[in-house]
Amino acid sequence: MLPEAIEAMTEQLKRPGNASSLHATGRQARRVVEESRETIADALGARPSEVVFTSGGTEADNLAIKGLYWARRPRRRVLISSVEHHAVLDPAHWLGDSQGAQVELLEVDEHGRVHPDTLRNAIERDPDDVALVSVMWANNEVGTVQPVQVLAAIAHDHGIPFHTDAVQAVGQLPVSFAGSGADALTLTGHKLGGPMGAGALLLARGMTPVSVLHGGGQERDVRSGTLDAPAIAGLAAAVTAAVRDQEAVARRLTALRDDLIKRVRDAVPDVVLNGDPAGRLPGNAHFSFPGCEGDALLMLLDAKGVECSTGSACSAGVSQPSHVLLAMGADAAAARGSLRFSLGHTSTGADVDRLIEVLPAAVERARRAGLS
Amino acid sequence: MGLRVLAAMSGGVDSAVAAARIAEAGHDVTGVHLALSANPQSHRTGARGCCTIEDSRDARRAADVIGIPFYIWDMAERFQRDVVEDFVAEYAAGRTPNPCLRCNEKIKFAAVLDRALALGFDAVATGHHARLVDGALSRSVDQGKDQSYVLGVLTREQLSHAIFPLGDSTKAEVREEAARRGLTVADKPDSHDICFIADGDTRGFLSKRLGSAEGPIVDQEGEVVGSHQGAHGFTVGQRKGLRIDRPAADGRPRYVLSIEPVSNTVTVGPRSALEVTTITCGRPVWNGPSRRDDLTVQLRAHGEVYPCRFQESGGQLTIELDRPATGVAAGQAAVLYSGATVIGSATIVSAS
Repeated sequence: MLPEAIEAMTEQLKRPGNASSLHATGRQARRVVEESRETIADALGARPSEVVFTSGGTEADNLAIKGLYWARRPRRRVLISSVEHHAVLDPAHWLGDSQGAQVELLEVDEHGRVHPDTLRNAIERDPDDVALVSVMWANNEVGTVQPVQVLAAIAHDHGIPFHTDAVQAVGQLPVSFAGSGADALTLTGHKLGGPMGAGALLLARGMTPVSVLHGGGQERDVRSGTLDAPAIAGLAAAVTAAVRDQEAVARRLTALRDDLIKRVRDAVPDVVLNGDPAGRLPGNAHFSFPGCEGDALLMLLDAKGVECSTGSACSAGVSQPSHVLLAMGADAAAARGSLRFSLGHTSTGADVDRLIEVLPAAVERARRAGLS
Repeated sequence: MGLRVLAAMSGGVDSAVAAARIAEAGHDVTGVHLALSANPQSHRTGARGCCTIEDSRDARRAADVIGIPFYIWDMAERFQRDVVEDFVAEYAAGRTPNPCLRCNEKIKFAAVLDRALALGFDAVATGHHARLVDGALSRSVDQGKDQSYVLGVLTREQLSHAIFPLGDSTKAEVREEAARRGLTVADKPDSHDICFIADGDTRGFLSKRLGSAEGPIVDQEGEVVGSHQGAHGFTVGQRKGLRIDRPAADGRPRYVLSIEPVSNTVTVGPRSALEVTTITCGRPVWNGPSRRDDLTVQLRAHGEVYPCRFQESGGQLTIELDRPATGVAAGQAAVLYSGATVIGSATIVSAS
């Protein structure tokens, strides 16, 4: 967590108070929550009333996908990109499996981009039946940035609400809710130096998704549950700092990342860089190592003090080939031989040096162990 | 300088304590849970089965308490091919396989060991109750829990990369130690039966895989005394579940004497006809010392031991028992011991 987020959060942890209460400590807590709301809105080009606090990205995505689908019934079509995070993918598939939705996955190109024509053609097959469109701002695995503004405009041509999961984008890229044209945007604290378990759905006025959590109706009658004032204060402080520093951090991380990519390519000449070579998150480098299993490589690098990750893990912890890479046209072997290196505000050139020092031997060893 | 050890962690108490002991001994230990089922159940039901998601979480939790890195290796394909399919094929051929033994031979000390060595590990440690004394496999001090039989098929090379940290302890001591170390699996029930048959219904599993086909049950004279729904549902020595209407002439219970898969015939007879003293085996593996004193043979897991003599010729091992054994099934391993030490093993082909 960023120091300013820790400070803001711990300050509030010392104070009791339920933001829904009418007494003095309640008013105090409410002031903290509302100021946080204003701060976040201001940092992200939204109005305060458009900020709906949630327990994080997964809840915000669920509210957007399920809530907008339910609100827009009897329309049945749910259009989402094929590279969405599971927090979007799974609620959508659940709607398909048990709520009568027709889920259509929008194809991506080899870099993981959704082309505007893909969305336009999909909508135009039966525009009146589309409940919502959701395309993430930037991909969590390969870092590819989507043309959100263009895609939102296409959805709006047909009066269809557009949601974007911007969990990876806020603090990494310039993000303006108003400027994007999206009707709903997901963000979460722990991806931008804030606390875990705190996030928000930015929700345009006039959007009234059906609630996922019913109860006291604390957040615009759309989301219920006592608000976590300390976490919200931490989230607001983190968003402020992340957005304030975004440009400088992006510049530094882009340079560091480009250096990492170049040196990985020198060290392992047959490595394949995945994702959009140009339009990607500043701190993201994602590779396929031919002949290696990602899990084996991860273990060997971890043992040398380099922390990275493979794709997404299923609940049993057995790695499945990444649906993102498969959607981009990779075969299962290449998908299993992939690793992501993420750089953040604590990453330094020394980290890259360390990676390059241990990588060739690890790759050679993982190749010997092969793909089991 | 310690060894780099891969500790196979099932999520049970034995493998957790085994991993803790070698880590404490100063070795560089990495915990690995083997995912053996492509579609794991989320929870255990009773003592049966393993490899549920809950088991993998228990293993991870133990690794966290011990303070070692933890990974899950997906061995489901290999396990399906080398253990499950082999199990089905053996029954189809009228033999009685031991899948735990096959898993040690083909998965834990083959596929996993090979991969571990390639990745720079020196050895694989498991929670088996067995000892390695100067490289020779020996029985655990806990006679009741001893698992040297299901490890008896390993080659000398495989054993040279194996570590069994529990062989000097009883199961009760292991549980006590687990509790002392704060491992939450301390009182988790022991697993029994065949892990990939979660409901314990082996016959049902086999008929699902092999189908059912009615065939005759005959006595030693060849007279038909009943019928069955598939010879693969029977094991030599079995008495229960024969469902023969007519009692034997002498009124004594009848046992399965042999299974003939091609004609789908099950032959039954009195217990005395089950008694054998000569056992013919194939695929001998000599993995222990060359001493030949105090020779015994064990013919199934947790089975009795029989004093014996043996001779090997042309890749075939003939074992003569000092007293007769019953229920000796083709496909099981005959593991030879000198005292408490395994000297070798072979696969039972026939007995008379």
